Amino acid sequence: MTGTVPDVVLDDEDFETRRRLVVIGNGMAGARAVEEILQRGGAEQFTVTMFGDEPYGNYNRIMLSHVLSGEETDADIFLNSIAWYEENDITLHAGVRATRVDRFSKIVYAQSTVDGTTYESPYDVLIIATGSRSFMPSIEGLRMDDGSLKPGVFAFRTIDDTRGMVEYAEHDDHRRAVVIGGGLLGLEAARGLQAYGLQVDVVHAGSHLMNAQIGPAGGDILRKSVEELGIEVHLKARTTAIMGDEKVQGVYLLDHPLLECDMVVVAAGIRPNIDLAVTSGFTVERAIVVDDQMRTVDDPDVYAVGECVQHRGEVYGLVQPLWEQAAVLADHLTGTDPTAAYHGSRTATKLKVAGVDVAAMGVQGPERDTDEVIVFSEPKRGVYKSLIIRDEKLIGATMLGDTSKVAFLIQAFDQGLPLPEERLEMLFNLGTPAEEVGIAELADDAQVCNCNGVSKGALVACVESGVKSVAGVMEKTRAGKGCGSCKNMVCQVVEWAAGGAVQEDPSANWYVPGIPMDKPELMKAILDQQLRSVSSVFAALAPEGAEDAKSKMGLASLLKMMWADDYIDEKDAKFINDRVHANIQKDGTFSVVPQMKGGVTTPDQLRRIADVADKYDVKLVKVTGGQRIDLLGIRKEDLPKVWADLDMPSGYAYGKSFRTVKTCVGQEFCRFGTGDSTQLGIDLESRYQGLESPAKMKLAVSGCPRNCAESLVKDVGIVAIEGGRWEIYIGGAAGAHIRKGDLLATVDDPETANLLTGRFMQYYRENAKWLERTYAFVPRVGLDFLREVIVEDSLGIAADLDARMQQAVDAYKDPWKEGAAPATPGQFRTSLPLEVLPKVGVRA
Amino acid sequence: MTATVPATGRQFDLGPLSQIPAGEGRAFAVDGQQVAVFHLRTGKVHAVSAVCPHKGGPLADGQIDGAVVVCPLHLNAFELATGCSRNGLPSLRSYPVEITDSGDVVVTV
Ligand SMILES: Cc1cc2nc3c(=O)[nH]c(=O)nc-3n(C[C@H](O)[C@H](O)[C@H](O)COP(=O)(O)OP(=O)(O)OC[C@H]3O[C@@H](n4cnc5c(N)ncnc54)[C@H](O)[C@@H]3O)c2cc1C
Ligand code: SF4
Ligand code: FES
Repeated sequence: MTGTVPDVVLDDEDFETRRRLVVIGNGMAGARAVEEILQRGGAEQFTVTMFGDEPYGNYNRIMLSHVLSGEETDADIFLNSIAWYEENDITLHAGVRATRVDRFSKIVYAQSTVDGTTYESPYDVLIIATGSRSFMPSIEGLRMDDGSLKPGVFAFRTIDDTRGMVEYAEHDDHRRAVVIGGGLLGLEAARGLQAYGLQVDVVHAGSHLMNAQIGPAGGDILRKSVEELGIEVHLKARTTAIMGDEKVQGVYLLDHPLLECDMVVVAAGIRPNIDLAVTSGFTVERAIVVDDQMRTVDDPDVYAVGECVQHRGEVYGLVQPLWEQAAVLADHLTGTDPTAAYHGSRTATKLKVAGVDVAAMGVQGPERDTDEVIVFSEPKRGVYKSLIIRDEKLIGATMLGDTSKVAFLIQAFDQGLPLPEERLEMLFNLGTPAEEVGIAELADDAQVCNCNGVSKGALVACVESGVKSVAGVMEKTRAGKGCGSCKNMVCQVVEWAAGGAVQEDPSANWYVPGIPMDKPELMKAILDQQLRSVSSVFAALAPEGAEDAKSKMGLASLLKMMWADDYIDEKDAKFINDRVHANIQKDGTFSVVPQMKGGVTTPDQLRRIADVADKYDVKLVKVTGGQRIDLLGIRKEDLPKVWADLDMPSGYAYGKSFRTVKTCVGQEFCRFGTGDSTQLGIDLESRYQGLESPAKMKLAVSGCPRNCAESLVKDVGIVAIEGGRWEIYIGGAAGAHIRKGDLLATVDDPETANLLTGRFMQYYRENAKWLERTYAFVPRVGLDFLREVIVEDSLGIAADLDARMQQAVDAYKDPWKEGAAPATPGQFRTSLPLEVLPKVGVRA
Repeated sequence: MTATVPATGRQFDLGPLSQIPAGEGRAFAVDGQQVAVFHLRTGKVHAVSAVCPHKGGPLADGQIDGAVVVCPLHLNAFELATGCSRNGLPSLRSYPVEITDSGDVVVTV
């Protein structure tokens, strides 16, 4: 159905004195400009109408890289939800594309991309914020006859592009992807696609990666780091054609062998969206030409911001400039600061690929004889750093592999800060704190959050307005809510601005979100009122006695820890994994890991496992990082039968609990072993199996400092050393977070090691926040303090900790026994009754 | 059966409420559709579609409170009474459900 919908529908139109502001483009710049205008009281001056051809609210486009890699979900990256527009009285036409601007009658014409409905929207003031699109080079075979992209070919610009890529990459038959373009976006795309098990190749026409930002020497090292991630890089490779009739089957490269592949992502640059401006008669060179007030040169009532803009010859492709543009535009339009003017931006780029740190700003190399160049290069470690200095000012920097000094360099580059005499200090932390640019010395307009464009001044103002908690300031200013790399600095600024009066966000200390108490308070109330079930905790302690689904799991774990045997086990308080004692998988099936203490098994157990795998059609049998055997793809309804047939206890691979003790072979067989690591591992696991705790606990025991069981990166890791002694490390991690454990104590025998391990774990169970792993807990509480409490017993609580641990140990029951007599009706009933399970891939 | 027949939809008797423990959900195949029925601790019962619109998570395995069900896979929350997402995802379908005098669960599909 096509009909014309006039846009102004106010009943009391006649009384409307506000000017009509229309914004074309609901991306990062358009929405930000409107936010800035509203912040300056713009709602009293303007009625706001926005057109956006993506059918959504406004989202953080830069986070699409994280959505692709699976680090964020697409729901998490929305900056302004549809509700935000309603609350602010903004008429949003989402999924509607502006087609033409009639500058003389001042009307925007638009058309729905969904049903073709047309719109006419009169304006008094117009902002064009149409951004850019992916540049699609003309490669043979890129498109089908009808002009659409060949199935398997993707651009990387929108949420829909990203969803499409994820769906395609997840397909079982798709194994190899080629990314065309070795710039920032291409590398982020390549890394993201690896998350789906694809082999990824990057094809780059330039002679080194990221050639727009860094020089050849850095590019070589970057290439090595990227290849170490398992991404193959093809340089000086021009794509000539894409193979495949119905869908992508490969790419032809000039002077390179053909690459067979199932999918192609084109990340070969961007082009400003200028068609609308051209059609409507605005001056467009590389992009829409604007002056220092972001006004088009043709029409004083029409402005433009973002990537579709050319200002003093520059067209930007990063968010920081558009924040600055939006602020100037808002100052100017609302009259808040009539002198506001945009003078251009100095941008720094960071690569958002975990494991490959790259930051670059300014020029890549010296341009004049007098330019000072400082280069440090350590290719083996993937580290490369270079600085270009002119007249005592930093005019360019590249940091690869170690970006610890980047915050300072960006400030120095952006504001021309004085540079330290000792140039090395700009490359490394030399342990001379005096030279660190303190928060106090940072200029007010220094940008702290580069994703959301928040300056030190804005943070300080927020604190001064009365928001005194870090979380509160982050919520209000959105600082730290982009890529997150500035969170530390945001904390520091808030702490500095609040002058020691930082309030902790009250809810930040609550043990669970639904009960307004921190852990000691909550535990005291539970003890005082003798609350033994999760439902009684809600009834007694939650505001209005309201249950909160997201609090249940934490409370269930806490109560079990506190009451051991006397805890009243309510199944509905538990997460599904704890209800059925198995780990839920992406398709609703479960994984089963039988107990295998210390990673030691027997031929008989292996035979039973093999029989079970056959009988229940297990889709994948996998040896885990914790040295256990994982049976994946088991139907919920089969769990009791699987346990019965295995006739082995639960291996606890599913809970927030004591998990596994990884061991090396140790003394018994290894020619280096100095201690019986396997036996100690088995003893630890026998004693602490299944203990619930605020977060999972993974342990290891190694038989000598060669450390084959990786004890230094475990929650508790034990290492036998020469002389029959044992070292105990705590707070290590090697997952999303990497931390080397701290040495808690060196003891003379395995019994003492076992005792101290238990005492530490009990202290952790009683004092850590919900979901706080030991790698966060240990540094928070402090190693010295822990050593005093646990080893030296300075508080005199060691005996109590040991006793409570013993009580917990005594209360242990193998949960898999529940298989014989389900605890609740339908405990093991399928929850996807019609689904053909399992759906996850089968590996031969 | 005492339930009154509404103007649209067909009613299906899923059997006794006692098969759904208080505070939990169970899934049923009803007339070719997958329906998750939740039995709140207050005694209230809600029925919504059983498959999470995010990535197909089994909602009957989720945890609930008085207002929402939280999908077990990525912890997105949906309102039990309306099926609306709290995280900007598409809504679940919500089904009228009632308990008969004899204690049976009756869903209208
Ligand atoms: C995957 C990815 C990662 C990135 N990472 C970073 C990073 O780490 N750091 C960084 O600084 N930058 C990054 N960027 C760039 C950053 O996202 C852009 O600089 C920013 O989004 C530009 O904002 P904009 O509003 O000008 O354009 P956009 O955000 O593209 O918004 C323009 C909007 O206008 C709409 N539109 C266009 N024409 C019309 C029309 N005729 N009618 C109606 N609507 C229209 C478009 O659909 C779009 O929604 C990244 C970009 C991508 C794609
Ligand atoms: S850690 Fe030492 S004892 Fe254990 S396997 Fe390695 S070399 Fe042998
Ligand atoms: S599948 Fe339900 S939240 Fe992801």
